[in-house]
Amino acid sequence: MTEKVSARSYWIGYQTILIKEVTRIIRIWAQTLLPPVITMSLYFVIFGAIIGRRVGEMGGMPYMDFIVPGLIMLTVITNSYGNITSSFFGAKFGKHVEELLVSPLPPWIILAGYVSGAVFRAVLVGILVWLVAGAFSGFHMHNLFVTGSILLMTSIVFALGGFINAIYAQKFDDISIIPTFVLQPMTYLGGVFFSVSLLPGIAQQIALINPIVYMVNAFRYGLLGVTDVPLWVAYAMIIGFGVVLFWICMRLLTKGVGLRT
Amino acid sequence: MNALEVCQLRKTYGNGVEALKGIDLNVVEGDFFALLGPNGAGKSTLIGIVSSLVNATAGETRVFGISVQKDRSRAMAEIGLVPQEINFNQFEKPFDIVVNQGGYYGVPRRVAKERAERYLTQLALWDKAFGPSRQLSGGMKRRLMIARAMVHEPRLLILDEPTAGVDIEIRRSMWRFIRQINEAGTTVILTTHYLEEAESLCRNIAIIDHGDIVENTTVKALLGKLDVETFVLDLREPVERPPQVDGMDIVLRDPTTLEASIPKSRSLNRLFKALELEGMEVKSMRNKVNRLEELFVRLVHADGPAPTAAQAAAGAGAA
Repeated sequence: MTEKVSARSYWIGYQTILIKEVTRIIRIWAQTLLPPVITMSLYFVIFGAIIGRRVGEMGGMPYMDFIVPGLIMLTVITNSYGNITSSFFGAKFGKHVEELLVSPLPPWIILAGYVSGAVFRAVLVGILVWLVAGAFSGFHMHNLFVTGSILLMTSIVFALGGFINAIYAQKFDDISIIPTFVLQPMTYLGGVFFSVSLLPGIAQQIALINPIVYMVNAFRYGLLGVTDVPLWVAYAMIIGFGVVLFWICMRLLTKGVGLRT
Repeated sequence: MNALEVCQLRKTYGNGVEALKGIDLNVVEGDFFALLGPNGAGKSTLIGIVSSLVNATAGETRVFGISVQKDRSRAMAEIGLVPQEINFNQFEKPFDIVVNQGGYYGVPRRVAKERAERYLTQLALWDKAFGPSRQLSGGMKRRLMIARAMVHEPRLLILDEPTAGVDIEIRRSMWRFIRQINEAGTTVILTTHYLEEAESLCRNIAIIDHGDIVENTTVKALLGKLDVETFVLDLREPVERPPQVDGMDIVLRDPTTLEASIPKSRSLNRLFKALELEGMEVKSMRNKVNRLEELFVRLVHADGPAPTAAQAAAGAGAA
Protein backbone atom coordinates (compact mmCIF):
# COMPACT_ATOMS: atom_id res chain seq x y z
CA MET A 1 0.00 0.00 0.00
CA THR A 2 1.24 3.43 -0.88
CA GLU A 3 2.39 5.98 1.67
CA LYS A 4 2.00 8.91 -0.69
CA VAL A 5 -0.31 10.80 1.68
CA SER A 6 1.27 11.97 4.91
CA ALA A 7 1.79 15.07 7.05
CA ARG A 8 5.01 15.68 5.10
CA SER A 9 3.25 15.47 1.72
CA TYR A 10 0.61 17.93 2.96
CA TRP A 11 3.35 20.27 4.19
CA ILE A 12 4.99 20.14 0.75
CA GLY A 13 1.61 20.83 -0.84
CA TYR A 14 1.02 23.82 1.45
CA GLN A 15 4.49 25.20 0.71
CA THR A 16 3.89 24.79 -3.02
CA ILE A 17 0.69 26.84 -2.95
CA LEU A 18 2.33 29.49 -0.79
CA ILE A 19 5.47 29.71 -2.96
CA LYS A 20 3.28 29.98 -6.05
CA GLU A 21 1.25 32.78 -4.47
CA VAL A 22 4.28 34.68 -3.18
CA THR A 23 6.00 34.35 -6.58
CA ARG A 24 2.90 35.74 -8.26
CA ILE A 25 2.65 38.68 -5.86
CA ILE A 26 6.33 39.56 -6.31
CA ARG A 27 6.27 39.01 -10.09
CA ILE A 28 3.40 41.47 -10.58
CA TRP A 29 4.59 43.89 -7.87
CA ALA A 30 3.49 46.87 -9.95
CA GLN A 31 -0.10 45.63 -9.58
CA THR A 32 0.09 44.19 -6.07
CA LEU A 33 2.54 46.22 -3.99
CA LEU A 34 3.00 49.60 -5.61
CA PRO A 35 -0.59 50.93 -6.01
CA PRO A 36 -1.54 50.75 -2.31
CA VAL A 37 1.69 52.48 -1.32
CA ILE A 38 1.05 55.32 -3.80
CA THR A 39 -2.62 55.64 -2.82
CA MET A 40 -1.82 55.77 0.89
CA SER A 41 0.97 58.28 0.32
CA LEU A 42 -1.64 60.55 -1.32
CA TYR A 43 -3.98 60.03 1.64
CA PHE A 44 -1.19 61.04 4.01
CA VAL A 45 -0.34 64.12 1.96
CA ILE A 46 -3.95 65.31 1.50
CA PHE A 47 -5.76 64.21 4.66
CA GLY A 48 -2.79 64.23 6.96
CA ALA A 49 -0.46 67.00 5.94
CA ILE A 50 -2.77 69.47 4.12
CA ILE A 51 -6.27 69.04 5.64
CA GLY A 52 -4.98 67.50 8.86
CA ARG A 53 -3.26 70.74 9.90
CA ARG A 54 -6.62 72.52 9.92
CA VAL A 55 -8.38 69.67 11.75
CA GLY A 56 -5.98 69.88 14.68
CA GLU A 57 -6.26 67.04 17.18
CA MET A 58 -8.36 63.85 17.13
CA GLY A 59 -8.47 61.44 20.05
CA GLY A 60 -5.90 63.54 21.87
CA MET A 61 -3.24 63.43 19.16
CA PRO A 62 -2.34 65.14 15.85
CA TYR A 63 -4.84 64.19 13.12
CA MET A 64 -2.03 62.89 10.92
CA ASP A 65 -0.99 60.39 13.62
CA PHE A 66 -4.61 59.43 14.24
CA ILE A 67 -5.37 58.34 10.67
CA VAL A 68 -2.22 56.25 10.15
CA PRO A 69 -3.52 53.03 11.84
CA GLY A 70 -6.85 53.25 10.04
CA LEU A 71 -5.21 53.74 6.65
CA ILE A 72 -2.89 50.80 7.26
CA MET A 73 -5.94 48.68 8.19
CA LEU A 74 -7.75 49.89 5.07
CA THR A 75 -4.79 48.71 2.99
CA VAL A 76 -4.52 45.39 4.81
CA ILE A 77 -8.23 44.64 4.42
CA THR A 78 -8.47 45.50 0.72
CA ASN A 79 -5.24 43.71 -0.19
CA SER A 80 -5.99 40.58 1.77
CA TYR A 81 -9.49 40.33 0.32
CA GLY A 82 -8.44 41.37 -3.18
CA ASN A 83 -5.49 38.98 -3.36
CA ILE A 84 -7.45 35.87 -2.60
CA THR A 85 -10.44 36.77 -4.75
CA SER A 86 -8.35 37.54 -7.82
CA SER A 87 -5.99 34.59 -7.35
CA PHE A 88 -8.54 31.90 -6.49
CA PHE A 89 -11.22 33.13 -8.87
CA GLY A 90 -8.55 33.42 -11.59
CA ALA A 91 -7.63 29.78 -10.98
CA LYS A 92 -11.29 28.82 -11.11
CA PHE A 93 -11.95 30.86 -14.23
CA GLY A 94 -8.85 29.47 -16.00
CA LYS A 95 -9.76 25.96 -14.78
CA HIS A 96 -6.28 25.42 -13.28
CA VAL A 97 -7.91 25.10 -9.88
CA GLU A 98 -8.53 21.54 -11.11
CA GLU A 99 -4.80 20.90 -10.58
CA LEU A 100 -5.53 21.24 -6.86
CA LEU A 101 -8.93 19.57 -6.89
CA VAL A 102 -7.63 16.31 -8.40
CA SER A 103 -4.63 16.25 -6.05
CA PRO A 104 -4.64 14.49 -2.68
CA LEU A 105 -4.58 17.83 -0.81
CA PRO A 106 -7.44 18.13 1.68
CA PRO A 107 -9.57 21.30 1.62
CA TRP A 108 -7.96 22.83 4.70
CA ILE A 109 -4.50 22.74 3.12
CA ILE A 110 -5.78 24.44 -0.05
CA LEU A 111 -7.49 27.07 2.11
CA ALA A 112 -4.40 27.52 4.30
CA GLY A 113 -2.18 27.98 1.24
CA TYR A 114 -4.35 30.66 -0.34
CA VAL A 115 -5.00 32.44 2.96
CA SER A 116 -1.26 32.48 3.71
CA GLY A 117 -0.59 34.04 0.32
CA ALA A 118 -3.17 36.75 0.99
CA VAL A 119 -1.76 37.37 4.47
CA PHE A 120 1.74 37.66 3.01
CA ARG A 121 0.62 40.40 0.63
CA ALA A 122 -1.53 42.21 3.20
CA VAL A 123 1.19 42.24 5.85
CA LEU A 124 3.88 43.24 3.35
CA VAL A 125 1.78 46.11 2.01
CA GLY A 126 0.82 47.06 5.58
CA ILE A 127 4.50 47.30 6.54
CA LEU A 128 5.29 49.34 3.40
CA VAL A 129 2.47 51.78 4.19
CA TRP A 130 3.64 51.98 7.81
CA LEU A 131 7.11 52.91 6.54
CA VAL A 132 5.64 55.59 4.26
CA ALA A 133 3.51 56.89 7.16
CA GLY A 134 6.64 57.07 9.29
CA ALA A 135 8.06 59.62 6.86
CA PHE A 136 5.05 61.88 7.55
CA SER A 137 4.34 61.37 11.22
CA GLY A 138 7.26 59.44 12.70
CA PHE A 139 7.27 55.80 13.76
CA HIS A 140 4.93 54.84 16.61
CA MET A 141 4.70 51.46 18.28
CA HIS A 142 2.81 51.33 21.58
CA ASN A 143 2.35 47.55 21.78
CA LEU A 144 4.05 45.29 19.25
CA PHE A 145 2.03 42.19 20.20
CA VAL A 146 -1.34 43.89 19.77
CA THR A 147 -0.22 45.53 16.52
CA GLY A 148 1.14 42.30 15.08
CA SER A 149 -1.71 40.05 16.21
CA ILE A 150 -4.45 42.41 15.01
CA LEU A 151 -2.67 42.88 11.69
CA LEU A 152 -2.35 39.12 11.21
CA MET A 153 -5.83 38.22 12.40
CA THR A 154 -7.55 40.95 10.38
CA SER A 155 -5.81 39.84 7.20
CA ILE A 156 -6.81 36.21 7.89
CA VAL A 157 -10.46 37.19 8.44
CA PHE A 158 -10.66 39.14 5.20
CA ALA A 159 -8.78 36.49 3.26
CA LEU A 160 -11.40 33.97 4.41
CA GLY A 161 -14.16 36.38 3.37
CA GLY A 162 -12.51 36.85 -0.02
CA PHE A 163 -12.24 33.11 -0.47
CA ILE A 164 -16.00 32.71 -0.03
CA ASN A 165 -16.55 35.51 -2.55
CA ALA A 166 -14.24 33.74 -5.04
CA ILE A 167 -16.04 30.43 -4.61
CA TYR A 168 -19.42 31.94 -5.41
CA ALA A 169 -18.17 34.29 -8.15
CA GLN A 170 -19.17 33.36 -11.69
CA LYS A 171 -17.58 36.29 -13.49
CA PHE A 172 -14.95 38.93 -12.76
CA ASP A 173 -17.62 41.54 -11.90
CA ASP A 174 -18.67 39.35 -8.98
CA ILE A 175 -15.34 39.79 -7.22
CA SER A 176 -15.46 43.59 -7.31
CA ILE A 177 -19.00 44.07 -5.96
CA ILE A 178 -18.30 43.27 -2.30
CA PRO A 179 -15.05 45.32 -2.05
CA THR A 180 -16.66 48.33 -3.71
CA PHE A 181 -20.12 48.34 -2.18
CA VAL A 182 -19.55 46.68 1.19
CA LEU A 183 -15.94 46.69 2.33
CA GLN A 184 -14.95 50.19 1.30
CA PRO A 185 -17.97 51.93 2.92
CA MET A 186 -17.58 49.82 6.07
CA THR A 187 -13.91 50.73 6.29
CA TYR A 188 -14.43 54.46 5.68
CA LEU A 189 -17.23 54.48 8.27
CA GLY A 190 -15.21 52.25 10.57
CA GLY A 191 -13.29 55.02 12.32
CA VAL A 192 -10.40 55.37 9.90
CA PHE A 193 -10.71 59.17 9.67
CA PHE A 194 -12.59 59.98 12.87
CA SER A 195 -13.09 58.82 16.41
CA VAL A 196 -16.38 57.01 16.92
CA SER A 197 -16.81 58.96 20.15
CA LEU A 198 -17.44 62.08 18.02
CA LEU A 199 -20.66 60.59 16.67
CA PRO A 200 -23.97 61.56 18.29
CA GLY A 201 -25.70 58.88 20.48
CA ILE A 202 -27.61 56.65 18.05
CA ALA A 203 -25.03 57.01 15.24
CA GLN A 204 -22.38 55.81 17.68
CA GLN A 205 -24.44 52.73 18.51
CA ILE A 206 -24.93 52.00 14.80
CA ALA A 207 -21.20 52.47 14.13
CA LEU A 208 -20.42 49.88 16.80
CA ILE A 209 -22.24 47.22 14.74
CA ASN A 210 -19.48 47.56 12.15
CA PRO A 211 -16.75 44.97 12.90
CA ILE A 212 -14.12 47.08 11.18
CA VAL A 213 -14.50 49.69 13.94
CA TYR A 214 -13.09 47.12 16.37
CA MET A 215 -10.22 46.14 14.10
CA VAL A 216 -9.19 49.73 13.39
CA ASN A 217 -9.43 50.72 17.05
CA ALA A 218 -7.51 47.69 18.29
CA PHE A 219 -4.80 48.38 15.74
CA ARG A 220 -4.77 52.05 16.72
CA TYR A 221 -4.24 50.94 20.31
CA GLY A 222 -1.29 48.81 19.20
CA LEU A 223 0.40 51.71 17.43
CA LEU A 224 -0.72 54.73 19.46
CA GLY A 225 -2.19 53.42 22.71
CA VAL A 226 -5.69 54.92 22.19
CA THR A 227 -8.94 53.12 21.39
CA ASP A 228 -12.70 53.80 21.37
CA VAL A 229 -13.58 50.16 22.16
CA PRO A 230 -12.40 47.63 24.76
CA LEU A 231 -9.51 45.56 23.41
CA TRP A 232 -10.96 42.22 24.48
CA VAL A 233 -14.16 42.94 22.56
CA ALA A 234 -12.07 43.60 19.46
CA TYR A 235 -10.18 40.32 19.86
CA ALA A 236 -13.40 38.41 20.51
CA MET A 237 -15.04 39.92 17.42
CA ILE A 238 -12.07 39.14 15.15
CA ILE A 239 -11.69 35.57 16.44
CA GLY A 240 -15.44 35.02 16.21
CA PHE A 241 -15.58 36.23 12.62
CA GLY A 242 -12.52 34.17 11.78
CA VAL A 243 -14.00 30.96 13.18
CA VAL A 244 -17.35 31.46 11.41
CA LEU A 245 -15.74 32.31 8.07
CA PHE A 246 -13.30 29.39 8.34
CA TRP A 247 -16.21 27.04 9.01
CA ILE A 248 -18.10 28.37 5.98
CA CYS A 249 -15.00 28.05 3.75
CA MET A 250 -14.42 24.47 4.85
CA ARG A 251 -18.03 23.54 4.30
CA LEU A 252 -18.03 25.02 0.80
CA LEU A 253 -14.74 23.36 -0.11
CA THR A 254 -15.73 19.98 1.28
CA LYS A 255 -19.03 20.02 -0.58
CA GLY A 256 -17.29 21.36 -3.67
CA VAL A 257 -19.69 24.28 -4.06
CA GLY A 258 -18.79 26.18 -7.23
CA LEU A 259 -15.86 23.82 -7.84
CA ARG A 260 -17.08 20.26 -8.27
CA THR A 261 -20.26 19.37 -10.15
CA MET B 1 -5.76 -6.45 -8.18
CA ASN B 2 -8.09 -4.00 -9.86
CA ALA B 3 -6.70 -0.56 -10.61
CA LEU B 4 -10.24 0.73 -10.88
CA GLU B 5 -13.52 -0.64 -9.63
CA VAL B 6 -16.75 1.14 -10.42
CA CYS B 7 -19.78 -0.17 -8.54
CA GLN B 8 -23.37 0.82 -9.34
CA LEU B 9 -22.24 4.33 -10.18
CA ARG B 10 -24.99 6.82 -10.78
CA LYS B 11 -24.88 10.50 -11.63
CA THR B 12 -27.88 12.74 -12.08
CA TYR B 13 -27.09 16.40 -12.68
CA GLY B 14 -29.07 19.24 -11.16
CA ASN B 15 -30.97 19.75 -14.43
CA GLY B 16 -32.27 16.17 -14.21
CA VAL B 17 -29.95 14.69 -16.84
CA GLU B 18 -29.01 11.15 -15.84
CA ALA B 19 -25.43 10.88 -17.10
CA LEU B 20 -24.65 7.48 -15.54
CA LYS B 21 -27.32 4.89 -14.83
CA GLY B 22 -25.71 2.64 -12.23
CA ILE B 23 -22.71 1.30 -14.13
CA ASP B 24 -20.23 -1.39 -13.07
CA LEU B 25 -16.72 -1.54 -14.48
CA ASN B 26 -13.39 -3.09 -13.52
CA VAL B 27 -9.97 -2.27 -14.90
CA VAL B 28 -7.21 -4.66 -13.86
CA GLU B 29 -3.81 -3.43 -12.76
CA GLY B 30 -1.38 -3.00 -15.65
CA ASP B 31 -4.14 -2.87 -18.28
CA PHE B 32 -4.31 -0.51 -21.23
CA PHE B 33 -8.02 0.15 -21.25
CA ALA B 34 -10.13 2.04 -23.77
CA LEU B 35 -13.34 3.82 -22.88
CA LEU B 36 -15.37 4.68 -25.93
CA GLY B 37 -18.70 6.31 -26.45
CA PRO B 38 -20.44 8.98 -28.49
CA ASN B 39 -21.05 12.57 -27.38
CA GLY B 40 -22.80 12.83 -24.04
CA ALA B 41 -22.50 9.10 -23.40
CA GLY B 42 -21.14 9.65 -19.88
CA LYS B 43 -17.40 9.08 -20.40
CA SER B 44 -16.28 12.45 -19.06
CA THR B 45 -18.72 12.19 -16.16
CA LEU B 46 -17.21 8.81 -15.25
CA ILE B 47 -13.67 10.19 -15.44
CA GLY B 48 -14.80 13.25 -13.47
CA ILE B 49 -16.13 11.03 -10.67
CA VAL B 50 -13.01 8.85 -10.61
CA SER B 51 -10.82 11.97 -10.38
CA SER B 52 -13.17 13.56 -7.81
CA LEU B 53 -14.06 16.56 -9.96
CA VAL B 54 -17.66 15.34 -10.13
CA ASN B 55 -19.66 14.14 -7.13
CA ALA B 56 -21.43 10.82 -7.66
CA THR B 57 -25.16 10.65 -6.92
CA ALA B 58 -24.86 7.01 -5.81
CA GLY B 59 -22.44 4.10 -5.99
CA GLU B 60 -18.74 3.87 -5.37
CA THR B 61 -15.43 4.06 -7.23
CA ARG B 62 -12.29 2.45 -5.88
CA VAL B 63 -8.75 3.04 -7.08
CA PHE B 64 -6.46 0.16 -6.12
CA GLY B 65 -9.04 -0.72 -3.50
CA ILE B 66 -9.21 2.80 -2.03
CA SER B 67 -12.63 4.43 -2.13
CA VAL B 68 -12.67 7.79 -3.89
CA GLN B 69 -15.80 8.73 -1.96
CA LYS B 70 -14.54 7.66 1.50
CA ASP B 71 -10.78 8.23 1.32
CA ARG B 72 -10.37 10.80 -1.43
CA SER B 73 -6.82 11.93 -0.63
CA ARG B 74 -5.28 8.44 -0.71
CA ALA B 75 -7.22 7.50 -3.82
CA MET B 76 -6.17 10.67 -5.65
CA ALA B 77 -2.50 10.03 -4.85
CA GLU B 78 -2.68 7.02 -7.19
CA ILE B 79 -4.18 8.85 -10.18
CA GLY B 80 -2.66 11.02 -12.87
CA LEU B 81 -5.23 12.84 -14.98
CA VAL B 82 -4.85 14.30 -18.46
CA PRO B 83 -8.13 16.14 -19.00
CA GLN B 84 -9.80 16.87 -22.29
CA GLU B 85 -9.59 20.65 -21.93
CA ILE B 86 -6.39 22.62 -21.38
CA ASN B 87 -6.45 23.44 -17.68
CA PHE B 88 -3.07 24.80 -16.69
CA ASN B 89 -2.21 28.41 -15.97
CA GLN B 90 -1.09 29.69 -19.34
CA PHE B 91 0.89 32.50 -17.71
CA GLU B 92 3.20 30.00 -16.04
CA LYS B 93 6.22 28.28 -17.53
CA PRO B 94 5.86 24.57 -18.43
CA PHE B 95 8.63 23.64 -15.99
CA ASP B 96 6.89 25.44 -13.11
CA ILE B 97 3.53 23.88 -14.02
CA VAL B 98 4.99 20.37 -13.76
CA VAL B 99 7.06 21.06 -10.62
CA ASN B 100 4.13 22.69 -8.80
CA GLN B 101 1.87 19.78 -9.64
CA GLY B 102 4.47 17.51 -8.07
CA GLY B 103 4.28 19.66 -4.95
CA TYR B 104 0.52 19.20 -4.70
CA TYR B 105 1.17 15.45 -4.59
CA GLY B 106 3.84 15.80 -1.92
CA VAL B 107 6.81 15.29 -4.23
CA PRO B 108 9.81 17.18 -2.77
CA ARG B 109 10.81 20.14 -4.95
CA ARG B 110 14.24 18.73 -5.85
CA VAL B 111 12.71 15.41 -6.97
CA ALA B 112 9.89 17.20 -8.81
CA LYS B 113 12.45 19.27 -10.74
CA GLU B 114 14.37 16.14 -11.79
CA ARG B 115 11.17 14.45 -12.92
CA ALA B 116 9.95 17.57 -14.71
CA GLU B 117 13.17 17.63 -16.72
CA ARG B 118 12.90 13.90 -17.48
CA TYR B 119 9.27 13.92 -18.62
CA LEU B 120 9.49 17.21 -20.51
CA THR B 121 12.54 15.83 -22.33
CA GLN B 122 10.81 12.53 -23.12
CA LEU B 123 7.83 14.44 -24.49
CA ALA B 124 10.09 16.71 -26.59
CA LEU B 125 9.22 19.84 -24.61
CA TRP B 126 12.46 20.56 -22.76
CA ASP B 127 13.47 23.36 -25.14
CA LYS B 128 10.15 25.06 -24.32
CA ALA B 129 10.31 24.43 -20.58
CA PHE B 130 11.13 27.99 -19.52
CA GLY B 131 9.10 29.96 -22.05
CA PRO B 132 5.51 31.10 -21.62
CA SER B 133 3.19 28.09 -21.83
CA ARG B 134 0.50 30.09 -23.64
CA GLN B 135 2.80 30.17 -26.68
CA LEU B 136 2.88 26.37 -26.99
CA SER B 137 1.04 24.74 -29.87
CA GLY B 138 -2.06 22.61 -29.23
CA GLY B 139 -0.07 19.38 -29.41
CA MET B 140 2.59 20.73 -27.05
CA LYS B 141 -0.04 21.78 -24.52
CA ARG B 142 -1.45 18.25 -24.53
CA ARG B 143 2.02 16.77 -24.05
CA LEU B 144 2.62 19.22 -21.21
CA MET B 145 -0.51 17.92 -19.51
CA ILE B 146 0.83 14.36 -19.84
CA ALA B 147 4.15 15.39 -18.25
CA ARG B 148 2.20 17.13 -15.48
CA ALA B 149 0.09 14.01 -14.87
CA MET B 150 3.23 11.85 -14.64
CA VAL B 151 5.26 13.97 -12.20
CA HIS B 152 4.03 12.10 -9.12
CA GLU B 153 4.40 8.78 -10.98
CA PRO B 154 0.83 7.57 -10.56
CA ARG B 155 -0.14 3.91 -10.73
CA LEU B 156 -3.23 4.81 -12.79
CA LEU B 157 -3.00 7.26 -15.68
CA ILE B 158 -6.29 8.51 -17.12
CA LEU B 159 -6.17 10.23 -20.50
CA ASP B 160 -9.33 11.92 -21.72
CA GLU B 161 -8.88 12.28 -25.47
CA PRO B 162 -5.19 13.17 -25.22
CA THR B 163 -4.58 13.27 -28.95
CA ALA B 164 -7.62 15.31 -30.01
CA GLY B 165 -6.58 17.81 -32.65
CA VAL B 166 -2.99 16.59 -32.67
CA ASP B 167 -1.28 15.86 -36.00
CA ILE B 168 -0.46 12.25 -36.82
CA GLU B 169 3.29 12.50 -36.22
CA ILE B 170 2.89 13.97 -32.74
CA ARG B 171 0.03 11.57 -32.06
CA ARG B 172 2.25 8.58 -32.82
CA SER B 173 5.05 9.92 -30.60
CA MET B 174 2.49 10.34 -27.82
CA TRP B 175 1.35 6.74 -28.35
CA ARG B 176 4.93 5.55 -28.02
CA PHE B 177 5.35 7.44 -24.76
CA ILE B 178 2.07 6.18 -23.29
CA ARG B 179 2.88 2.63 -24.39
CA GLN B 180 6.24 2.86 -22.58
CA ILE B 181 4.49 4.14 -19.46
CA ASN B 182 2.10 1.19 -19.62
CA GLU B 183 4.91 -1.30 -20.21
CA ALA B 184 6.66 0.10 -17.14
CA GLY B 185 3.63 -0.96 -15.07
CA THR B 186 1.28 2.03 -15.06
CA THR B 187 -2.36 1.17 -15.73
CA VAL B 188 -3.70 3.37 -18.51
CA ILE B 189 -7.32 4.30 -19.19
CA LEU B 190 -7.84 6.11 -22.46
CA THR B 191 -10.84 7.77 -24.02
CA THR B 192 -10.41 8.67 -27.62
CA HIS B 193 -12.36 9.43 -30.74
CA TYR B 194 -9.63 7.91 -32.89
CA LEU B 195 -10.88 4.34 -32.82
CA GLU B 196 -7.73 3.24 -34.57
CA GLU B 197 -5.93 4.48 -31.46
CA ALA B 198 -7.99 2.24 -29.18
CA GLU B 199 -7.57 -0.74 -31.52
CA SER B 200 -3.81 -0.45 -31.75
CA LEU B 201 -3.05 0.53 -28.13
CA CYS B 202 -5.60 -1.07 -25.85
CA ARG B 203 -6.11 -4.61 -24.62
CA ASN B 204 -9.54 -4.17 -23.06
CA ILE B 205 -12.40 -1.94 -23.98
CA ALA B 206 -15.68 -0.64 -22.63
CA ILE B 207 -18.26 1.12 -24.73
CA ILE B 208 -20.55 3.48 -22.92
CA ASP B 209 -23.74 4.87 -24.36
CA HIS B 210 -26.58 6.85 -22.78
CA GLY B 211 -25.02 6.33 -19.36
CA ASP B 212 -24.82 2.54 -19.62
CA ILE B 213 -21.94 0.19 -20.40
CA VAL B 214 -23.09 -1.54 -23.58
CA GLU B 215 -19.94 -3.63 -24.07
CA ASN B 216 -17.02 -4.52 -21.83
CA THR B 217 -14.56 -7.06 -23.17
CA THR B 218 -11.14 -7.48 -24.77
CA VAL B 219 -10.45 -5.66 -28.02
CA LYS B 220 -9.70 -9.07 -29.59
CA ALA B 221 -13.01 -10.58 -28.46
CA LEU B 222 -14.89 -7.52 -29.62
CA LEU B 223 -13.30 -7.65 -33.05
CA GLY B 224 -14.16 -11.35 -33.17
CA LYS B 225 -17.83 -10.37 -33.07
CA LEU B 226 -17.49 -8.62 -36.37
CA ASP B 227 -19.28 -10.98 -38.74
CA VAL B 228 -19.36 -8.82 -41.85
CA GLU B 229 -16.48 -6.88 -43.30
CA THR B 230 -16.73 -4.34 -46.06
CA PHE B 231 -14.01 -4.06 -48.71
CA VAL B 232 -13.45 -1.42 -51.34
CA LEU B 233 -12.06 -2.72 -54.65
CA ASP B 234 -10.51 -0.42 -57.25
CA LEU B 235 -10.92 -1.82 -60.76
CA ARG B 236 -8.51 -1.34 -63.62
CA GLU B 237 -11.29 -0.77 -66.21
CA PRO B 238 -14.73 0.87 -65.71
CA VAL B 239 -17.74 -1.47 -65.50
CA GLU B 240 -21.49 -0.91 -65.88
CA ARG B 241 -22.84 -3.19 -63.15
CA PRO B 242 -21.44 -5.10 -60.15
CA PRO B 243 -21.02 -8.89 -60.18
CA GLN B 244 -23.68 -10.97 -58.41
CA VAL B 245 -22.38 -13.36 -55.73
CA ASP B 246 -24.73 -15.36 -53.52
CA GLY B 247 -24.63 -14.15 -49.85
CA MET B 248 -22.55 -11.05 -50.63
CA ASP B 249 -23.77 -7.50 -50.99
CA ILE B 250 -21.82 -5.87 -53.81
CA VAL B 251 -22.55 -2.35 -55.05
CA LEU B 252 -20.95 -0.15 -57.67
CA ARG B 253 -19.90 3.16 -56.11
CA ASP B 254 -18.55 4.55 -59.36
CA PRO B 255 -17.54 2.88 -62.65
CA THR B 256 -14.16 1.76 -61.26
CA THR B 257 -15.03 1.22 -57.57
CA LEU B 258 -16.88 -1.72 -56.04
CA GLU B 259 -17.94 -2.02 -52.40
CA ALA B 260 -18.40 -5.60 -51.18
CA SER B 261 -19.91 -6.52 -47.78
CA ILE B 262 -18.86 -10.10 -47.08
CA PRO B 263 -19.87 -12.29 -44.12
CA LYS B 264 -16.91 -13.94 -42.40
CA SER B 265 -18.46 -17.32 -43.17
CA ARG B 266 -18.01 -16.74 -46.92
CA SER B 267 -14.73 -17.17 -48.70
CA LEU B 268 -13.17 -14.21 -50.50
CA ASN B 269 -12.19 -16.64 -53.26
CA ARG B 270 -15.83 -16.73 -54.41
CA LEU B 271 -15.74 -12.98 -54.93
CA PHE B 272 -12.52 -13.16 -56.94
CA LYS B 273 -13.86 -16.05 -59.07
CA ALA B 274 -16.97 -13.99 -59.91
CA LEU B 275 -14.83 -10.99 -60.76
CA GLU B 276 -12.66 -13.09 -63.02
CA LEU B 277 -15.70 -14.57 -64.77
CA GLU B 278 -16.97 -11.04 -65.45
CA GLY B 279 -13.51 -10.04 -66.70
CA MET B 280 -13.02 -7.45 -63.98
CA GLU B 281 -9.39 -6.88 -62.95
CA VAL B 282 -8.80 -5.65 -59.37
CA LYS B 283 -6.08 -3.00 -59.09
CA SER B 284 -6.16 -2.64 -55.30
CA MET B 285 -8.29 -3.56 -52.30
CA ARG B 286 -8.77 -2.15 -48.78
CA ASN B 287 -11.05 -2.27 -45.72
CA LYS B 288 -13.76 0.35 -46.04
CA VAL B 289 -13.59 1.52 -42.42
CA ASN B 290 -11.71 0.76 -39.29
CA ARG B 291 -13.02 -2.55 -37.97
CA LEU B 292 -13.57 -1.29 -34.45
CA GLU B 293 -15.41 1.70 -35.79
CA GLU B 294 -17.87 -0.60 -37.56
CA LEU B 295 -18.62 -2.41 -34.30
CA PHE B 296 -18.82 0.83 -32.37
CA VAL B 297 -21.42 2.18 -34.73
CA ARG B 298 -23.40 -1.02 -34.47
CA LEU B 299 -23.29 -1.11 -30.66
CA VAL B 300 -24.24 2.49 -29.99
CA HIS B 301 -26.92 2.57 -32.67
CA ALA B 302 -28.49 -0.80 -31.93
CA ASP B 303 -31.92 0.82 -31.54
CA GLY B 304 -31.89 2.82 -34.76
CA PRO B 305 -30.56 2.89 -38.28
CA ALA B 306 -26.77 2.81 -38.41
CA PRO B 307 -25.30 6.06 -39.70
CA THR B 308 -22.59 6.24 -42.28
CA ALA B 309 -19.01 5.66 -41.23
CA ALA B 310 -18.30 9.38 -41.55
CA GLN B 311 -21.22 10.24 -39.27
CA ALA B 312 -20.13 7.62 -36.80
CA ALA B 313 -16.60 8.95 -36.69
CA ALA B 314 -17.94 12.45 -36.14
CA GLY B 315 -20.38 11.18 -33.53
CA ALA B 316 -17.61 9.54 -31.60
CA GLY B 317 -15.74 12.81 -31.70
CA ALA B 318 -16.06 14.43 -28.30
CA ALA B 319 -16.98 12.88 -25.01
